[in-house]
Amino acid sequence: MDRLSTCFAACKTQRRAALITFVTAGDPDVAATPAILDALVAGGADVIELGMPFTDPMADGPAIELANLRSLGSGTRTSDIFALAAGFRTRHPDTPLILMGYANPMLVRGANWFASQCKDAGVDGVICVDIPPEEDAEIGPALRSAGVHLVRLATPTTDAARLPAVLDGASGFLYHVAVAGITGKQQAAQASIEAAVRMLKAATDLPIAVGFGVRTAEQAAAIGRVADGVVVGSAIVDIIGSHGTAAAPFVQSFVADLAGALIPRTQETAA
Amino acid sequence: MTDSLTLPNSLRSQPDASGHFGAFGGRYVAETLMPLILELEKVYKAAKADPAFDEEMAELLRTYVGRPNPLYYAGRLTEALRAQAPAGKGAKIYLKREELNHTGAHKINNCIGQALLARRMGKRKVIAETGAGQHGVATATVAALFGMECKIFMGAKDVERQKPNVFRMKLLGAEVVPVHSGSSTLKDSMNDALRHWVSNVHDTFYIIGTAAGPHPYPELVRDFQSIIGKEIRTQILEAEGRLPDMLIAPVGGGSNAIGMFHPFLDDPEVAMIGVEAAGEGLDGKHAASLAGGTSGILHGNRTYLLQDEDGQITEAHSISAGLDYPGIGPEHSWLHEIGRVKYVPVTDDEALASFQTLARLEGIIPALESAHAVAAAERIAPTLDAGKVIVINLSGRGDKDIFTVADALGAEM
Repeated sequence: MDRLSTCFAACKTQRRAALITFVTAGDPDVAATPAILDALVAGGADVIELGMPFTDPMADGPAIELANLRSLGSGTRTSDIFALAAGFRTRHPDTPLILMGYANPMLVRGANWFASQCKDAGVDGVICVDIPPEEDAEIGPALRSAGVHLVRLATPTTDAARLPAVLDGASGFLYHVAVAGITGKQQAAQASIEAAVRMLKAATDLPIAVGFGVRTAEQAAAIGRVADGVVVGSAIVDIIGSHGTAAAPFVQSFVADLAGALIPRTQETAA
Repeated sequence: MTDSLTLPNSLRSQPDASGHFGAFGGRYVAETLMPLILELEKVYKAAKADPAFDEEMAELLRTYVGRPNPLYYAGRLTEALRAQAPAGKGAKIYLKREELNHTGAHKINNCIGQALLARRMGKRKVIAETGAGQHGVATATVAALFGMECKIFMGAKDVERQKPNVFRMKLLGAEVVPVHSGSSTLKDSMNDALRHWVSNVHDTFYIIGTAAGPHPYPELVRDFQSIIGKEIRTQILEAEGRLPDMLIAPVGGGSNAIGMFHPFLDDPEVAMIGVEAAGEGLDGKHAASLAGGTSGILHGNRTYLLQDEDGQITEAHSISAGLDYPGIGPEHSWLHEIGRVKYVPVTDDEALASFQTLARLEGIIPALESAHAVAAAERIAPTLDAGKVIVINLSGRGDKDIFTVADALGAEM
C-alpha cells in the first residue's frame, strides 16, 4: 500500500480522522521551512500539504496569499520546493506529502517533467486548484503514469449530477471544500458539512477530507467525527506570518492542540 | 484538443466544444466555479438561438450606445503619411469610431450583452475588474441601466492614476473596491474579482471586460464585440465597394481587436495587425505577451503570458493602463500561432507621438490604447500602395488619458 492509503487506514484503525496540515513552501524563506515541516509532524499531523507559491493565488484568502508573496519575495524557486520535498522524505519516510498549488508553476516545464520531479522527490499526491476534471489532460495522465495521486476537490457547488465527473480520475483522497469561497475566510455550518460528507461517502470509497475555514481544535474535532480527514491551513500560515523564522515551536504547539482534539470516536458515533 | 496547426475549414468556427482555440483557451478554474461556468455556457447558447435576445441587444446598441458609429476617412492623416512616402505609396486610412459610443469606448458593447445574460440567469449583482477604468465605467453604466448592484475591483495604483473614472463609477452608483494585492494593477483586480465571485456564486455575475477568462467568456465577449467588424464590413463596402486590405487594432486582452477581426477571418485578402504594448521596449518593461511571452495558464485560460521560467507571472508595463496586463485573449494566441493575424509591438513613446499626431491632424484625441494602433498604421501605411485601404479601430477616446499624457510630456495642465 502507498503512504496515503496506509495513513488513512491507520487512522481508521485508531477510529479517528487524519490531521492534514498546510503550509506554503519557502514561507518565510526556504531555510526556515524544514523546521516548520518537522514541527507539523512532531505536533501530530498525519499528512502534509506543501503549498507551491504562485504570484496570482486567486483561490486563496489574504493569509495564504501573503504567505505566497513572502515566499516568492524571499526568492523561493521551484527547484527549492522539490529539494524541500526530498529532504522531508528522507527525514520522514512514512508521512504522506502532497503538493498543492496552481497549474502554471506546475506545468510550465511540461506535465511529465513535473510528475517525474514529484516522483523523484517522494511526493505522494498533487492538488491543482485550477485544473478541473474538464482539463484533466493537462496533468492527470502524467501524474497517474508516475504513480502520483491526483487529489480532486469537491465543493458546495458540486452537485450529485456533477460529482461523477469529479470522482473520475480522483485518487488518494477526496478534498471537500466546505465553503464556496476562498481559503481561510468564513466557516461552514457543521450540518452542511455532515450532509456533504454523507453525499460524498455514498458516491466513493476514497477517504473524505474536509477543509477551508477550519481554524480551531473544536471545529476540527466536530468535523473529525464525520470525515476521514481534517485540513487546517490558514490558521497555521497565520502563525508563520506572525513569528517568521522562529515559528516552528508555535506551529508545533498549535498542531498538537488540533491533533489532541481528533480523539478516537466512541463506538456510538463511529461511522 | 485539436492541433493548433491543423486548420479547420472556417477560421470563424472556434472555439471547439470544450472551449479551446487550438491549444489555447479552456476552463482553468476552481471547482467551485465550474458549475456556474457550465451554466453560463448553456444560457449563452440558448440566448444565441433566441431572436428576442438579439433584438433587445440590437435595440439597446442603437438607442442607448449610439450604434452604428461612423467609419471615417482620415484624409489629413492619409495625406500627411503620403507626403513622407515614396511616390505612389501611402494607403488610405479609415477610422472606426468606437470612441463615439456611449461611455467613450468599445467596452459598452460587451457589457450590454453580459448584463442581458446576467438578467437571464436571475443574478441581481454584477462585478467587474478594471484597469484604466473604461470597463468599470461601462459595467457601472449597464448596472445602472438594468438596476443591478455593482462592485468594481480596481488596482490601488490604477485608482490613483485614473481618478476621474473612479468618480464616474461612483456617480453611476457602483462601489469601487481598491485592490492592494500583488502589483495593484489590472491582473490583481482580476484576482480579487475572482475571489469575490467564488465566494458569491449564488447571486453574482462576473462581467469580464475582455475576450479572455474561462470558456465561454472569450467566445461570448468576441461575439458581442463582433458588431465592430460587421459594421465595418457594411460601411467599407459602401465607401469603397470592396473589403479593406488591412485591419489594425490595439491588443491588451484583445476584445476590440477580436471584435474587429472575427467577421473577416475567412477573407484571405484582408490582412490583420494586432498591436501589442511594448512599453519601454521589448528589452525593458513591456506588456507584449505574444512578442515576449510563452504559453501558460492564468485567469481561467491557457494563453501567452509574461512569466519567468518557474511560471511566476511577471509584471506588465504600458503607459496605457488598459494594455497593462501580462496576458492576452486565447483566440489571439491561436491566430498568432497559425499566422492569420500578425502582431506587432509599439512602444510608449511611439503611442505618445501618435496620440498627438491624431489630435492635431484629425481633431480626435484617441485613447492611449488606440494610439498604439495609429502608431502601427503610421509605420505601415507609407509602405503600401496608395490604392490600398487600411481600417484602424479607434477603440476609445483619450479624455481619460490627458493627465497621463501631460505627465509624460512634462506639460503643466
